Amino acid sequence: MPSAAGQSVRNVLVKYEKDILAEWIRLQLAATTLRADLMKESELREQSRDMLSLLRPALETGKFDSMESSDWVQIKEFLAGISRTRAQQGFSPTETATFVLSLKQPIFERLRHEVGDAQVLANEMWIASVVLDRLALFTTEMFLKTRESVIQRQQRELLELSTPVVELWENILALPLIGTLDSERTQVVMESLLEKIVETGATIAIIDITGVPTVDTLVAQHLLKTVAAARLMGADCIISGIRPQIAQTIVHLGVNLSDVTTKATLADAFMIAIRRVQAKLPVSGTAS
Amino acid sequence: MEKIPILRMGKFLLVTIQVDMHDRLALQLQEDLTDRIVAVRARGVLMDISSLEVVDSFIGRMISNIAAMARVLDAQTVVVGMQPAVAITLVELGLSLDGVRTALNVERGMALLNELVASELR
Repeated sequence: MPSAAGQSVRNVLVKYEKDILAEWIRLQLAATTLRADLMKESELREQSRDMLSLLRPALETGKFDSMESSDWVQIKEFLAGISRTRAQQGFSPTETATFVLSLKQPIFERLRHEVGDAQVLANEMWIASVVLDRLALFTTEMFLKTRESVIQRQQRELLELSTPVVELWENILALPLIGTLDSERTQVVMESLLEKIVETGATIAIIDITGVPTVDTLVAQHLLKTVAAARLMGADCIISGIRPQIAQTIVHLGVNLSDVTTKATLADAFMIAIRRVQAKLPVSGTAS
Repeated sequence: MEKIPILRMGKFLLVTIQVDMHDRLALQLQEDLTDRIVAVRARGVLMDISSLEVVDSFIGRMISNIAAMARVLDAQTVVVGMQPAVAITLVELGLSLDGVRTALNVERGMALLNELVASELR
């Protein structure tokens, strides 16, 4: 009778590798979590075989307390790859974790056959269970990481999409803002506005906040920052599209917009911009 | 020792910063410029900072100080050619250079100076 912890699990894996693999695949194919629409059977077979062949050497080390040691690197990399592809293919976290967890049943059954002593059997099952649970948790973690990176990428794309700077007229730019202004977006807005000012040599920029749902002190501060930066580049700013409620909040909050020209609608702002450009008033950005 | 050249163009002075601004250079410029304004009785100063790519709070304050000093000496100051990154940095530092006139490029800055001086004479 093997005395070292995990010895029987290793023995079972070596002795019945083919059986376990066959049963595991059969279980996976029969399970409700199988996604035949997303994955070919041959692919599943290959992944299962690779997983088993990586699990054996990792178990040889006898280090079950933590998966941080270098012996587990290979299998973790392999599972990370699987999680990534499955997350992208559209598997659910459960479906992905089941890949690892469904290995429990065939291993436990073989263990029951192999080990007579109840005490040893309980121990061995515990070890196998812990290892597989850890691996399953790891796949879930990787799965979520992949999803998070997708979300982050989409956020970035949204950020770029939502801040166009348009040229309305010679020397007049418009910046229609849509959605809430946080500091990150302000940065992007500011950068794209300033770059456009350099590119077109515009002297007036109209910032239209019709699409900004609420203006609090932070948003107002971000707006003023953008205005100040444009002024440093020699362009005047007009803020337009201020809705009645927003006018009220701005005054209640005590935000000082007196240095900035404000207009109720984009049309009004455009009119005054045209007049300024045509009147050839000082081509400066200073309000003082 | 390196120095920032100050060129005279009629009744204006032209300062083109083409090297990395460090603190001592900025102080030197401040001194030279005030001397020159008095010496040639300049009416306006055009400061071109288009080659300036890095600013800190000190340089930002120097720019606004120089403008304030020039105003005391009755010369209008226009800062031209600020890079977008520099503008963002200054705003984030809380230095919006209030009271300093700005223009996109030298040509516009010159036009603005002419206009400012003309309106003063009126």
